[in-house]
Amino acid sequence: MSGTFVGMPAFPEAAREAVGNATLRGNLRHATHTIRAKRAKAVSEVSDWAELREAGKRIKDHTLRHLDRYLEQLEEAVTAAGGIVHWAADAAEANEIVTQLVKMTGESEVVKVKSMATQEIGLNEALEAEGIRAYETDLAELIVQLGKDRPSHILVPAIHRNRGEIRDIFTQEMSEWGRPAPEGLTDTPAELAEAARLHLREKFLRAEVGISGANFMVAETGTLVVVESEGNGRMCLTLPETLISVVGIEKIVPTWRDLEVFLQTLPRSSTAERMNPYTSTWTGTTDGDGPSTFHLVLLDNGRTDTLADEVGRQALRCIRCSACLNVCPVYERAGGHAYGSVYPGPIGAILSPQLRGTGSEIDASLPYASSLCGACYEVCPVAIDIPEVLVHLRERVVEGGEVTREGNRVVLRPAKGHAAERAAMRAARWAFTHPGALRTGQRAASRTRRFHPRTLPGPGRAWSGTRDLPPVPAEPFRDWWQRTRGGKDGAK
Amino acid sequence: MNSRERILGRVRRALADVPADETPIARDYLREHGRRTVAETVELLAENLADYRAIVHRTDSAGLPGLIAGLLEKRGAASVLVPPGLDEGWLAATGVTRVADRAESTPAELDRVDSVVTACAVAIAETGTIVLDGSPDQGRRRITLVPDHHVCVVRVPDQVVSSVPQALERLDPVRPLTWISGPSATSDIELDRVEGVHGPRTLEVILVGEA
Repeated sequence: MSGTFVGMPAFPEAAREAVGNATLRGNLRHATHTIRAKRAKAVSEVSDWAELREAGKRIKDHTLRHLDRYLEQLEEAVTAAGGIVHWAADAAEANEIVTQLVKMTGESEVVKVKSMATQEIGLNEALEAEGIRAYETDLAELIVQLGKDRPSHILVPAIHRNRGEIRDIFTQEMSEWGRPAPEGLTDTPAELAEAARLHLREKFLRAEVGISGANFMVAETGTLVVVESEGNGRMCLTLPETLISVVGIEKIVPTWRDLEVFLQTLPRSSTAERMNPYTSTWTGTTDGDGPSTFHLVLLDNGRTDTLADEVGRQALRCIRCSACLNVCPVYERAGGHAYGSVYPGPIGAILSPQLRGTGSEIDASLPYASSLCGACYEVCPVAIDIPEVLVHLRERVVEGGEVTREGNRVVLRPAKGHAAERAAMRAARWAFTHPGALRTGQRAASRTRRFHPRTLPGPGRAWSGTRDLPPVPAEPFRDWWQRTRGGKDGAK
Repeated sequence: MNSRERILGRVRRALADVPADETPIARDYLREHGRRTVAETVELLAENLADYRAIVHRTDSAGLPGLIAGLLEKRGAASVLVPPGLDEGWLAATGVTRVADRAESTPAELDRVDSVVTACAVAIAETGTIVLDGSPDQGRRRITLVPDHHVCVVRVPDQVVSSVPQALERLDPVRPLTWISGPSATSDIELDRVEGVHGPRTLEVILVGEA
């Protein structure tokens, strides 16, 4: 993935800092609790939620099992409808393709619909390096872009900002990018939205190139689907002459009919609405209506490596609804930035280390950024068993093993820093098979409990750095049991 | 080897462990939620449209031109965009300047028009959604996007379906589709819903029944 987050500290460090930020925690708590309650209500309105969820899971699994076939079918359908299909193996190639396509139009600015894929590859930075300015047009993305900030949520990237902070950003930064904020701008959401409308409208009306992602691509018809609320998506998808869509290869659904499942589950899971205000579909180009040139860039960037993992591949079912973020106790306190990726929260904790590999400190720490409470699995509209994948990835980090990187099988060495964990597990295995030694050890621990440190020394510090050490009881359980016979004779 | 071959090759190698057998996808979810009469379905559409802050009006075909004229007047609209295939009679009672939907008109020209009147392809009761498919009575996608006031006429009950699955069956994927559920909205600031960011801030839906 992109360099946007390079140099990020590992999750525990970043999280500790975020947890100390009271404004951030307040903003996050308010937002996640609001949307959590709304979502539960929206879901309870449909009596067949369980069946829709199961169908969504099955459709996505089926697609992944035949991804090669559906990719070829999609390419054929898009081409037949007047679109041009490009294939990008990694971020660098995708950025290169898009940059060249923009340059061919002779334009030096583009308008963008919010898109996770283009954030993932760091497209804005790549365009900037070639002298092309990319304007984010989603309100939250605009706040992030103007604030020289990073997104912290999949659906509401500026969730960590409150209205006062947004007002300050608009007042200070809008004039740098175009139309300045109105005089005397207050912090009411309606006024802030109006300021964004005026600022962005001048960009929409002159834009010649639009860049988007897509929520779905239909293999059978070559149709792309974008789901949004504000209308900035419709602006970018229909006003420019050239439209470039960068889409992950896992976003395919086989048939037009399959949309009936996801257009019911996605809005309710993400914004907690029966239906989002705007959904646009387009199939290639249409004479006299919308862009006359349409490019589709199919992006791999670690997705085929993820597909090669029998347990982890289910992460590719994700439809980016962000429901798992809003219920996660860890996300709620740590915030999105701590995850060091454009995909924060529970889904980010399993997606990023698979897309990028577990080579960096942050990626190796992400599978631990969870309490394994399972709330994320419960709300997931495509039933991704996030806890299962987290545990699987933890095992990989600690034990190493065979994985696929850039299409090649490689053997990962056990991660550094987990030597103590491995040693502890080996010691535990031995102790539990030698009851005498276990008893002696436990008694010794009880007698010396006054002298136990609060954190572990040496390599064990990595473990105790994010946890409080449990106090050792005054008497081992087995001794207590023997003495009292399990409390049955009226424990003395 | 080009990237296309490389990616497809990686996909095939990644799936080497996947067995060939497959259970079919069960579609045991509902085709529509609840049992309703036709009149109740139309009622539900009106309710759900209003719930997402669209303004709903009901009339019959005789009352339609007068209603449209009244809405444009109340809005203070000086000009109205007209799709090429819009029923002539619909605008018969208004004197507001008509602007034709022409391929050459620039977005800036559209931005100067006050209102737009269109028909629709289908409306979905359970979600309060109207769908436009670019037919001549609906015009190109941009005309219902740039002006700040959209008046959309739905023929009830024949253009109304209950659910998303029923709507998809009726729609042609070759056409560019725009699904509209209430006016433009954002919840990006502290999750407070604000109507109207970029699309029309006022959406008025007219349900036209047989007299």
